[in-house]
Amino acid sequence: MSFYAETWRGNVSLYRYRDRAVAHDVLARLKAMDLHLRLMHVCGTHQDTLSRHGLDVLLDACGVQVRQGPGCPVCVTTAKEFEEAAVLAEAGKTVLTFGDVARVPGRRGSLLNLRGEGHDVRVVYSVNDAVALARRETKDMVFMAAGFETTAPTTAAVALTGLPANFTVLSCHRYLPPALNALLAMGATQVDGIIEPGHVSAIIGLKPYEGLSAQYGIPQVVAGFEPLDLLMAVYMLAQQIQRGDATVENEYTRVVRYEGNLRALDAMRRVFVPSDVEWRGFPVIPHSGMAMKPPFEAWDARKVWADDLQRVDDLVEETPGCQCGAVLRGVIEAPNCPLFGTTCTPIHPAGPCMVSVEGSCHIAYKYPQGRALRAT
Amino acid sequence: MCLAIPGKIVSLEGERGVADFMGVEREVVLTFVPQAKRGDYVLVHAGFAIEVLDRAEAEKTLAVWRELLRRDVAG
Repeated sequence: MSFYAETWRGNVSLYRYRDRAVAHDVLARLKAMDLHLRLMHVCGTHQDTLSRHGLDVLLDACGVQVRQGPGCPVCVTTAKEFEEAAVLAEAGKTVLTFGDVARVPGRRGSLLNLRGEGHDVRVVYSVNDAVALARRETKDMVFMAAGFETTAPTTAAVALTGLPANFTVLSCHRYLPPALNALLAMGATQVDGIIEPGHVSAIIGLKPYEGLSAQYGIPQVVAGFEPLDLLMAVYMLAQQIQRGDATVENEYTRVVRYEGNLRALDAMRRVFVPSDVEWRGFPVIPHSGMAMKPPFEAWDARKVWADDLQRVDDLVEETPGCQCGAVLRGVIEAPNCPLFGTTCTPIHPAGPCMVSVEGSCHIAYKYPQGRALRAT
Repeated sequence: MCLAIPGKIVSLEGERGVADFMGVEREVVLTFVPQAKRGDYVLVHAGFAIEVLDRAEAEKTLAVWRELLRRDVAG
């Protein structure tokens, strides 16, 4: 057996959760239930699994539509936040960020475009790499930190171990549950159940979702990212709905524990305080932002570089015609945006949902088989 | 963005380790998974292990699904 095959077989999470026979069983059961369901998930990786394996088409044939909500941190980061990073780059700081973030078009092009104009923008894989760069060089460095609860603990962890004086964090981190609450309260999206993201849930556990089920009577299942994970999550939701239940269940038990990851939660609590922030496509969502607590002000880019950031005005808007906001609210499907596949493609994206590999536009473009389905 | 890749821990020292991602080795921060041991599979997001994969739980889930489906089809 080759090394790779051995690794593959040894890794139960990848190997066994693609069992075709079990998948067909689940689909047959769903079909027999005579369903007419609209489910929402809030994770780009879920969308990728659904599209890559054609599950969206298979589930549609069982009467189950699954649509992506505001679950792509790069996509929900606002044009104003990208403008903040751009202004700091133009003011001579080195801006460090993740690859997807650097490619999102803003008012004056993407952060990577700014590099073409001579400004210092660099892509990093981890906040650790960003800190290592700041320790090696004397330039002022700003880390544009985007991401939900999966990513925020990594920023918190480096802040707690001590940061160099030339390093600051532009926190664009967000809490996911307040957005789910806002979405359900708006009532714009009629959904029968929510598939919750496995890796955010690995950090926060199941408790933050329980209030939503109680308040809105909405069934929720935390799911992993293999094809069987998603099919089983749909099956569990369908059973809850048929029983008339509205509870929080966990399909991803091999990773997610009820209480979440206490160490990561503790790091996040020590560094960040909830703040009211806008999300792209949404108005201000109370307590959904992660601002840095006062003890970390010396590394908070918004405090340290407040003078530079005064140049950012409040009226930064999306690209004309871009429907990312409506796509993120789950109000329209990606292919129904007039720019989709014409002026907006992964090579020349008009909005973040086409840039990010987690964005619904990018995924719909990449897997055209399901596109006709999603456009109806 | 919340993509996390399973890697097998090949060595560790304190809160740092090296994980094997299908043949590629890379440093991993283990701050959030103090229970991780050599040979464990960890889910790694942006350079940090966020959880240890529970192999027994993974096998149990599959067994429960099979049983559930068998029972439902029979019932």
